Amino acid sequence: MKLTGSKILLESLIQEGVETIFGYPGGTVINIYDDLMGSSIKHVLTRHEQAAVHAADGYARATGKVGVAIATSGPGATNTITGIANAYMDSIPMVVITGQVPTGLIGNDAFQEADLIGITRPITKHNYLVKDVKDLARIIKQAFYIARTGRPGPVVIDLPKDVQVATAKFEYPDKVELRGYKPTFSGNVRMIEKAVKMMLTAKKPVLYVGGGATLTDAHAELMELAETLQAPVTTTLMGMASFPTRHPLSLGMLGMHGTYYANMAVTNSDVLIALGARFDDRVTGKISTFAPHAKIIHVDVDPTSIKKNVRVDLPIVGDLRDVLKKMNKKLAEHKDEIAQENEALKPWLEEIAAWRKDHPMTYKQSATEIKPQFVIEKLRELSNDDAIVATEVGQHQMWTAQFFNFTQPRTFLSSGGLGTMGYGLPAALGAQVAFPERQVIDISGDGSFQMNSQELATLVQYRLPVKIAILNNNFLGMVRQWQQLFFDKRYSQTCMELPIDFTKLAEAYGATGLRATRPEEVEEVIKKAFATPGPVIMEFKVSREENVMPMVPAGAGLNEMVLAS
Amino acid sequence: MRHTISVVVENEFGVLTRIAGLFSGRGFNIESLSVAPTLDPTLSRMTIVTSGDDRIIEQVNKQLNKLIDTIKVIDFTNEEFIEREMALIKVTAEESTRAEILRVCDIFRGKIVDVTPKCYTVEVTGSPVKVNAIIDLLRPMGIKELVRSGPVVLGRGPKGWKGI
Repeated sequence: MKLTGSKILLESLIQEGVETIFGYPGGTVINIYDDLMGSSIKHVLTRHEQAAVHAADGYARATGKVGVAIATSGPGATNTITGIANAYMDSIPMVVITGQVPTGLIGNDAFQEADLIGITRPITKHNYLVKDVKDLARIIKQAFYIARTGRPGPVVIDLPKDVQVATAKFEYPDKVELRGYKPTFSGNVRMIEKAVKMMLTAKKPVLYVGGGATLTDAHAELMELAETLQAPVTTTLMGMASFPTRHPLSLGMLGMHGTYYANMAVTNSDVLIALGARFDDRVTGKISTFAPHAKIIHVDVDPTSIKKNVRVDLPIVGDLRDVLKKMNKKLAEHKDEIAQENEALKPWLEEIAAWRKDHPMTYKQSATEIKPQFVIEKLRELSNDDAIVATEVGQHQMWTAQFFNFTQPRTFLSSGGLGTMGYGLPAALGAQVAFPERQVIDISGDGSFQMNSQELATLVQYRLPVKIAILNNNFLGMVRQWQQLFFDKRYSQTCMELPIDFTKLAEAYGATGLRATRPEEVEEVIKKAFATPGPVIMEFKVSREENVMPMVPAGAGLNEMVLAS
Repeated sequence: MRHTISVVVENEFGVLTRIAGLFSGRGFNIESLSVAPTLDPTLSRMTIVTSGDDRIIEQVNKQLNKLIDTIKVIDFTNEEFIEREMALIKVTAEESTRAEILRVCDIFRGKIVDVTPKCYTVEVTGSPVKVNAIIDLLRPMGIKELVRSGPVVLGRGPKGWKGI
């Protein structure tokens, strides 16, 4: 039977197991939206296309499935750009479908035309302009395959309006044939054996864990490796929550705002085992003083990540979970050596414990002002273990990473690579759609919140009970902090001079607004928010010039942390 | 260091932009690029001359491989290979210089492919070094315009890649 392009699209999405898509209609996708009315696919109407893509991203991070977003051509499509770039930098599996002007008009500067393939080329894993409806099913199959395999990432399908109307016989392909795309899944066994040998003879090993652990759901295998070796574990922002922060072997996050002890451990390590991490500049600080004594083992599914920023002594290309399984299996053959290694590591763990004791992750409490870190601690204390936390970008994001103590995988959704303010609210929205029964919290600052605050409408419309904690300091706090420390306190354009009443904003959208201005009110507000059905804004008037500490200044080494401002 | 890399890609819309964009977006050098379809019309073969230290060249190779439309990347640097470039050179031909142009052309096994009363157009093929040399010799006569194809390369010996 022949189907129209728009029907083929929806049928193909169903074949891919897609249940929910996020989007915004418009002229060049109107046929798809018409067919959506009779479809089993649930569509969530956001209030901005950027938010639709972030919501699909949050959905993907929380579930591990491919997120799907849809937007119209021209401005709809260009509004998706930040969302796509964000997913690309963090390797999030996603398919974004954009309408395009009819093929005959492409290149004519038609109404609402933009060269989306050209614009998204450097921020997608791959992109397609569909010129013939006969290719559509194959392209969708390929797009999903590319998005979720290897190093995951966003794929754009640009779908001209006439292709949506044209008809073709619908047959969803069983398999994908891409002669130029064969990602390595299985780690090389000989290299893994070598790595195991290096780990067993290391005196000061550190496991440095990135987003790959979350993307491959490798938390159990990671735990087994860490506990077998008794090796300390530090995670990046992207690796957060793949290893419980309260575990005795956890050093928390490393890098610019990481813990002192994680950074000292990495600097003094003799074998650094990088697992699904890419040595980002926020992690390494000055490259020349990064882990200067360490042999580096680097496991990554993407060969381009290896030796891009740092020298690597032992590269292993493969799926992290697969590699960890093989490592654990190999280690099980070396029972005696493991016992010796565990014994030999004791002085190293003591050294780290001393760093931790000298410079724990802490802050100065106040009796009169609400400390932002205190709010984070209280949110952790009063929320469920499996609560999903999204953040925006800035100080509140770093405080969340430092003080929330994540225990379960896929519970932390944050824009790592691109650093997108305005990510958290729509990402939380997407996660709440995926898990209607779980607690979902967006931790925000007053600056970031205003970048996508329109999504309050979506939350209320779909009865998505996201709890939003705004740490309001009336500043763009992270930039202000840099201005304070490196620009002689010249606060150029970082003071948000108009104080917003966020509780009233919540009410305007039909949500609930609560406010705390004193430390003793914090617990009460959080409890009340969690007990209130529907979306709630908790506005915390926090101490205005609090800094995120400790800190590795830009260009400095990890061992040159500034401990207090 | 100078590297010559062959890239076999899907002969599809937008592939050239993907390759060129990769180089510009990541700050890799591109000295020359030539491209044409292969015996298999669904594939194109590019020859790219680039330069950089070992770390950069490793990234160039890996990043090229990472593109979905890339089928094969061959870096010829550590292999014996034949490198040929063609140039068309339009040179002023006065009464006094015509003989010299012909002589130079002969030495380089070039051909005069267009003649007007005041101008010869020379076609020459060879390694980039040879092409540079003939340009240097013709320059004093007055070059009006020239075009170079950029090199194309093949590995020496009987080994071929998939008969395309």
